[in-house]
Amino acid sequence: MSFESFLEALPQLLISGVLIGLVYALIAVGLTIIFGVMDIVNFAHGEFLMFGSYSAVLLFTGWAIDPLYSMPLTMAGLFVVGVLTYKIVISRIIDAPMLSQIFATFGLMILFRAIAQYLWSPTFRSAENTLSSGSVAMAGVQFGKPSAIAGIGAVLVTAAVYFFLNKTKTGIALEATAADKEAARLMGIDSEKMFALAWGIGAACSGVAGALLATSYSVFPNFGETFILIAFVIVNLGGFGSVAGAFLAGLIVGLIEMISGFFFPQFKLAIVLLLFLAVLMFRPQGLMGKSVS
Amino acid sequence: MDAISETHAISPQIGKAIPMKFVGLAVLLAALILAPRLVTDRSMMDWFILILMAAQVGVAWNIIGGYAGQVSLGHVVPYGIGAYSSTLLFLHLNLNPWLGAIIGGVIATLVAMPIGWSCFRLKGHYFAMATIAVAEVVQVIFTNWEFAGAAVGLSMPPKDHDWWMMNFSSKEPYYYIALGLLVFSLLVNLLIEKSFVGYYLRSIKDEPDAARSLGVNLACYKQVALMISSFLAALGGTLFAQYHLVIEPDSVLVIRISIDMALVAILGGVGTLWGPVLGAVVLISIREYTRIKFGGTGQGIDQIIYGLLILGIAVFYPTGIVGFFRSFCTARKVRKEANGGKA
Repeated sequence: MSFESFLEALPQLLISGVLIGLVYALIAVGLTIIFGVMDIVNFAHGEFLMFGSYSAVLLFTGWAIDPLYSMPLTMAGLFVVGVLTYKIVISRIIDAPMLSQIFATFGLMILFRAIAQYLWSPTFRSAENTLSSGSVAMAGVQFGKPSAIAGIGAVLVTAAVYFFLNKTKTGIALEATAADKEAARLMGIDSEKMFALAWGIGAACSGVAGALLATSYSVFPNFGETFILIAFVIVNLGGFGSVAGAFLAGLIVGLIEMISGFFFPQFKLAIVLLLFLAVLMFRPQGLMGKSVS
Repeated sequence: MDAISETHAISPQIGKAIPMKFVGLAVLLAALILAPRLVTDRSMMDWFILILMAAQVGVAWNIIGGYAGQVSLGHVVPYGIGAYSSTLLFLHLNLNPWLGAIIGGVIATLVAMPIGWSCFRLKGHYFAMATIAVAEVVQVIFTNWEFAGAAVGLSMPPKDHDWWMMNFSSKEPYYYIALGLLVFSLLVNLLIEKSFVGYYLRSIKDEPDAARSLGVNLACYKQVALMISSFLAALGGTLFAQYHLVIEPDSVLVIRISIDMALVAILGGVGTLWGPVLGAVVLISIREYTRIKFGGTGQGIDQIIYGLLILGIAVFYPTGIVGFFRSFCTARKVRKEANGGKA
């Protein structure tokens, strides 16, 4: 692989890296909100994404509703799934040891995948000829319209979440709960409600990301697996609980993945993970996380 | 089953309990040694062997994950290294797997050292995540490593009955090897539990700051626990390789193996000697049963049950089966004493 061919491909790589990085960021934002508010790592987060993708694909193939139009529906549906997950399972393990928490969400992951397999069989499904099919050219670079729309959509949703968390009263209450559960409770914030909200928003973010990916990927029950590890890396890299950090880290990971994928396609995941480990060694709290004593 | 009699025995008088405990253990061991003579069904034997192997790696994981409280989800790395080392040594040097297992164990221990050294500085979730990342990197490396058979993996020629080469056509020898390995791992675990190392490990888990202030070298003892744990996990890996005679990154280097190791320990009771054994009996039995009953339909019903089971354990029995019996026995004892007080 010569350096010239790399330079030639660079604009393409940068644009694709940014676009996929934006979607990664959206997945990670959901995960980081849940973690920030209640210190629980959600291993079933990729399954929210998978449900979002199924929702987009099935609504399209069944009722011919374009994934773009069904997005609000997917978002609302996943919000409900997130809240229910909290109410039924997570609320019971808030004070449990970390080990039980890890395995509770791990059990959820297996359960969700199995439910998807039961309902929709293990076959790959995809949405073809949607509104976002085709390709667009920008600055002399050709790239798929689905990934462009996914990137733009991800930015909009992430911005909306950021705005919600920092500018609305409920959002600030959520942030306050994340910062200090006890103090927030003393100020009259219902932490139970905030936890449920965090799970709702977290699942909705991941579900929208799934719907955005449904136009360029095929969906199957283990679909979330592909993205969950990257989302963990981004959340860690950005600092557990930091939305801005997750956004920045998402872009970094997307770019690194694309560029390293150009040289060593089979090692791109390993390179991202090694980078993550290296960052962890020098900044255990992540790029923008609060330092832990 | 043994832990039930054990816990029952402990409660009334310690003096009487010790012989009873030994009698119980001796009976159990005798039953386990005789079992293959009574059970001739191959699938039944397979089920027994699966339980023994799962229990053994669970015991290995429990040393670092349970006693020292370092939730490693990368324990598939020493396991995979054990499987690959003995297999590669056999294929290239015709080395017998008994020796291969020990060499694999040493390699796994050496690999674990720098990983531990760098990851032990991380706490809680960060540590768990880092160990997952390490495991994924190792899987990618082996998947692309031509010498190690890349994605296709390695396979050994089948032979009939050869103890020297740990290679058998019947299941019985594997059963005895797995049983021996489990007993060995339990003895190592017992030795740790009874020695000062065990106390240090528990202090690291429960009161790290207090332990440090009393002069316990946290990093050193975590490292020791990790090395012993990795060595035992690697032995389990070699046994898996010899049992199946085919290994590939997808079978010996997937995160799911790490999760299973932790799961049997959690189900049985983390940081207890018999926890992983009990956990393996219950988990493997349920999983095999549902797999045989529902697995063939391809509808994922077995997986639904498996997921619900994990969820139920984590939510309702965070202390595992051993913890459940302990609280049960304590409650009974308290009730007895209360009644005695009245009379």
